[in-house]
Amino acid sequence: MHPAYSVILFTTASGAGYGLLALLGLVGFNHGQASSVAFALVCMFIALGLITIGLLSSTFHLGHPERAWRALSQWRSSWLSREGVAAVITYVPALAFGLVWSGLIDAPRLIAPLGVVTAVMAMVTVFTTGMIYASLKTIRAWNQMLTVPVYLVLGLATGSALLAGIASLFERFQVFQAVLTIALLLAALILKFAYWRMIDEAPRDHTMESATGLGSIGTVGQWEVPHTSENYVQKEMGYAVARKHAKTLRRFVLVLLALALLAMLASLALSYFAILAAALALAAAVVERWLFFAEAQHVVTLFYGAKSA
Amino acid sequence: MTSLPPPSAKKLGLVIDLDTCVGCQACATSCKEWNAQGYSAPLNDSNPYGSEPTGVWLNRIHGFEVKEEGQAHSRIVNFPRSCLHCEEPACVTVCPTGASYKRAEDGIVLVNPETCIGCKLCSWACPYGAREYDQSDGVMKKCTLCVDRIYNENLDVEDRQPACVKACPTGARHFGDLGDASSNVSKLVAERGGYDLLPEMGYKPVNKYLPPRPRRDAHTAKAEALPKPDGSAFDRLFVWADKLLSSKRVVGRVSDIDNSGKLEG
Repeated sequence: MHPAYSVILFTTASGAGYGLLALLGLVGFNHGQASSVAFALVCMFIALGLITIGLLSSTFHLGHPERAWRALSQWRSSWLSREGVAAVITYVPALAFGLVWSGLIDAPRLIAPLGVVTAVMAMVTVFTTGMIYASLKTIRAWNQMLTVPVYLVLGLATGSALLAGIASLFERFQVFQAVLTIALLLAALILKFAYWRMIDEAPRDHTMESATGLGSIGTVGQWEVPHTSENYVQKEMGYAVARKHAKTLRRFVLVLLALALLAMLASLALSYFAILAAALALAAAVVERWLFFAEAQHVVTLFYGAKSA
Repeated sequence: MTSLPPPSAKKLGLVIDLDTCVGCQACATSCKEWNAQGYSAPLNDSNPYGSEPTGVWLNRIHGFEVKEEGQAHSRIVNFPRSCLHCEEPACVTVCPTGASYKRAEDGIVLVNPETCIGCKLCSWACPYGAREYDQSDGVMKKCTLCVDRIYNENLDVEDRQPACVKACPTGARHFGDLGDASSNVSKLVAERGGYDLLPEMGYKPVNKYLPPRPRRDAHTAKAEALPKPDGSAFDRLFVWADKLLSSKRVVGRVSDIDNSGKLEG
């Protein structure tokens, strides 16, 4: 699948933003009002900023961005529509939570419930993003049990590293933040490794023979493509540039995640290392997301010479 | 509304005969010609006269090479590929806006170009590559089954068929109601063993493909049982004619007679 930069930016930025937002909600639930207005506002600004940048960038790849509002209408059948609805709804509890948690509005009793609702909605939104991909039967590498968990855990891990990084700047860094981030990064590392094992071993059920129905006659090969230069289907669904570098890039993602882990460990000695950890985790998420697209083979490639999918 | 309508009794679609398709591209070009000014207009091309011409086509004709076991030569199967107007199309249910829809009355799958946001998700959901994105128009394009021809009362009755069906010089494309077991297309499917593409994916395509017939050519065909000479007056006449024509005076024709070979066995 063609890795559109706008979609990579959207899923990683909004993933980290929602991860951070979910953790802030839980922080509010646990501790009540934020320790300082500035800290709360910076946290909320970064979380909602990443989410908003992500959502805006996802509309850049639309043919008609001015019609994007229509995407909120088909939530009964479409995961993309559900994602849009969840994303829009989440702003309401998130903004309310930001106002009471920071103390700009004095309503301490609302912090805990708003925090929980915000956290749940943030995770629901990331879940719907993952489901857009996981629900597509045409793409074996996405139609897997681990697709959605990877989205959730990577969002939380990058969000957690961001929270630790911001906290270190405000001298609010706590050991617990580092431990949580380390646990989430470790979970991301293990899940992603398991995901790659899973897609490598998943059976390739569809063949050129079953796609053309000519298997009853004999083995099928491509003789002539229908057009002289690549068409939309080949460019969008037949993207195969990254495949030869896939092994190297997978290792690169694991190394970046491991380095983020080490940086988090180092943050226990010097808290500012959490900022480095956040940068490394985000870089890992970007490469991971790029690979997620580039490695995914679409069934339609069977009509264009792929032997199985 | 992108939720699917209840299954319609009428299931309009195409039956494509892989035995008689000669890969001439007439269906593809007539499709492009009609639809560049019809429901899906425009069907944009980019760089059409340059070194890398690309453009939106709703019908693509592939060529596949099939190697049969025990055969020295493989055979070529020309393979037109377009929207199959599935009974359970994922391209419709994934659409976030309702632009992609399946008509309740006849099962045709269409895109409303006024409400499509160009997110391309439907093209990801289609295993058949039936949808092509129009970069200049910013919306998705697909086969309409010539919805603007088949019900068009301004056209003569015999022209109310998809452009590709009308254009096919070998009659390899058939249009009709596959929901009606007594229709010509349904009978054709039953008679010739018409099949679905990627049936295991469960989208229940309406369009059917008729398999190539077992091959009959110089390499593989068993010689048809020829009548044995029975010594009748007719036979003797032909044997005499054969000898006469095989004589050196009519050199130019000898090979033809040898090839027909009817009476020499």
